[in-house]
Amino acid sequence: MALVLTEEQSMLRDSARGLISDKAPVSHLRALRDSKDPAGFSRELWHSFAEMGFAGLLVPEEFGGSGLGYMEAGVVMEEIGRTLMPSPFLATSVVAASALSRGGNAAQKAEYLPKISNGSLLATLAIDEGAKHRPLQTALQAVRAGNGFKLSGAKALVVDGHVADLFIVAARTAGSAGERDGLTLFLVNPKAKGVSIERTIMVDAHNAARIELANVEVNADSVLGEVDQGAALLDGVLDVGRGAVAAEMVGLSDEVFNRTVEYLKNRKQFGKLIGEFQALQHRAAELYVDIEITRAATMKALQALDVDVAKAASAVAVAKAKAGTTATRAVQEGVQMHGGMGMTDQFDIGFFMKRARVCEELFGDSNYHTEQLARARGY
Amino acid sequence: MSESDTAELEQFRAETRAWLEANCPPEMRKPATGDADVFWGGRNAKFSSEPQRVWFERMRDKGWTVPDWPREYGGGGLSAAEHKVLRSEMAKMGARPPLSSFGIWMLGPALLKYGNETQKKEHLPKIAAGLIRWCQGYSEPNAGSDLASLQTRAESDGDDFVITGSKIWTSYANYADWIFCLVRTDPTAKKHDGISFILFDMTSKGVTTKPILLISGYSPFCETFFDGVRVPKSHVVGTVNRGWDVAKYLLQHERAMISGMGERGVGRPLGQIAADSVGADAQGKLDDAMLRGRIATFDVDEAALAACAERAVDLAKAGQAHPAFSSAMKYYGTELNKRRYEILMSAGGVDALEWESERSKQGARPRAWLRTKANSIEGGTTEVMLGIVAKRILDLPGA
Repeated sequence: MALVLTEEQSMLRDSARGLISDKAPVSHLRALRDSKDPAGFSRELWHSFAEMGFAGLLVPEEFGGSGLGYMEAGVVMEEIGRTLMPSPFLATSVVAASALSRGGNAAQKAEYLPKISNGSLLATLAIDEGAKHRPLQTALQAVRAGNGFKLSGAKALVVDGHVADLFIVAARTAGSAGERDGLTLFLVNPKAKGVSIERTIMVDAHNAARIELANVEVNADSVLGEVDQGAALLDGVLDVGRGAVAAEMVGLSDEVFNRTVEYLKNRKQFGKLIGEFQALQHRAAELYVDIEITRAATMKALQALDVDVAKAASAVAVAKAKAGTTATRAVQEGVQMHGGMGMTDQFDIGFFMKRARVCEELFGDSNYHTEQLARARGY
Repeated sequence: MSESDTAELEQFRAETRAWLEANCPPEMRKPATGDADVFWGGRNAKFSSEPQRVWFERMRDKGWTVPDWPREYGGGGLSAAEHKVLRSEMAKMGARPPLSSFGIWMLGPALLKYGNETQKKEHLPKIAAGLIRWCQGYSEPNAGSDLASLQTRAESDGDDFVITGSKIWTSYANYADWIFCLVRTDPTAKKHDGISFILFDMTSKGVTTKPILLISGYSPFCETFFDGVRVPKSHVVGTVNRGWDVAKYLLQHERAMISGMGERGVGRPLGQIAADSVGADAQGKLDDAMLRGRIATFDVDEAALAACAERAVDLAKAGQAHPAFSSAMKYYGTELNKRRYEILMSAGGVDALEWESERSKQGARPRAWLRTKANSIEGGTTEVMLGIVAKRILDLPGA
């Protein structure tokens, strides 16, 4: 497979870009933030998204989806990154849809996937418990009770947690925090007794929540995949999310970079366009190369996920690690090169800086993924 | 990627793998131990070993010293996809390139694009067969990074040019049989407009070379002097005074070649090399957390660069490549290669400091480390590459 978009993928990009840049420029996120919108995203826009086939992009056709791949999901994520459009696409259409497609039994797929495709159901993965992403440290307890389980514990940074209709909760059915065996994924109704949800207003004005489960009862049909053997499924689903977030960061980095280069071509200081200064030219050129390399690494990871999720781990680690450092650099240079204007709330650059910080933490930061690569290579 | 191979390509892959397995001697599946262990061809070529000779001759007979050149010029006639398959199969078994040559990497592509039929027929098959070793006469003492301000002049005299001047940093000029050279054929024209690209034999009367001793203790570069060297005008490639077009095209290939040096340089992964000398802690991790972090960060960047190199080829095939992109790759690849050798020196500790000893293969590692420092200077400095990216790709203002 070539690392260039096919004609179909380019068409998908153009239609996603058209809709997103038209209906959800950065001012859309700004308005939602300023009005403290209770949903934190536009349901109307989400339905347009679903009508165009984006909501069910990864859902197999037999369940009403488009049956496309992770490369295509990455194409959409990159466009989302360009305007920072808040939407359930990542949590519902990428992560949850993959978890259900890959781990769900026939009944679970039939119940949830068609609703994801038509945009009527929002779902999300609840994984992190501590300040940093450490999937194996999952401690949330699931104790057998009758025909099912009782879940107790807490999760942080649950994307779209306060608007989701379905949680996919990583819990410990055996072993202790740090162990790979004993993890199980559960489908949990957010309205179930014992669930409490706190919407966390975060730095990037995107949706996230802390949730607490106190003896929440679920039946045996709520297990996604195998009891105690959830780690492999979780790894794959997290890698899908990581590849998608890397693509969002590529879009975000590229957009900030384009805006910055435009500014260098127009802003005059000391009687010259600032883009004439070699100190800035060289920094811009270095950043351009970083972004191109990150784009290639991300395409490589998405392609690897399409071929075989289980074997894609190293390619995904490279992409997420590289995307994190590149996005950080891109937003920092963006603010610095815009000077004082870059520090103002009125200017959009700050929104990109804030979102980049969240994307960096989401599903493991650059250090985490660099460490994963070192382990995979055995040193 | 093998998963997407068509049936024909799948078959080509299987046949190639089988052929390589049967024909590549085991000794040629390890990286060269040093420059003396690399086969460069030429009139005075010597093989460092019998397996090296066997490997070279078998590959030459298949046209696989230059797999993607047309068969009529001694190449293998492979398509871009087949060439990619061959490269990946060779990489998998660690097979060495059978022939290293500036003729292959630099002159060949320029001749294929700009040479006339006589020139192609005369020179390309000899490059493919390793019969003639080439060097590049570009840089001059007062025109390094500012290549186009070169002064070596070629004055018209009947059917000949008479060339006078000097070059510097001419790689292996003392071993080369022929030179491809930039000369000023019109001193009154604007600096890019009066340059021609010309080929001549290094044994011509008036050519002398003098090696330059470097910090690595090696002399891979020379000063080269031309004192009234007479060269037929038919040896100009492309149009007289339009040599800059040829030069620029060739530089793209040179930059692509230098940016790939890292891949060709070292066989084993850095993490393993470091683990051997530093050792592991109780958890099995490299017992130097900072070094381990540097290596892992390097590995991320190297893997990302490899993806980008692959994408650059795919973009070129799809007709979407920016012509100046090789400058971007050259900048990143050479900086990364310098980082690799800094890490190798750290990982080696005291063992990497030996300069003259059997154990250190006569200081192979420190000499290679010092050699890499030239990567970001030769073929256009990092600063020149960044300037090209800024102006030609990003379209930033200024001279």
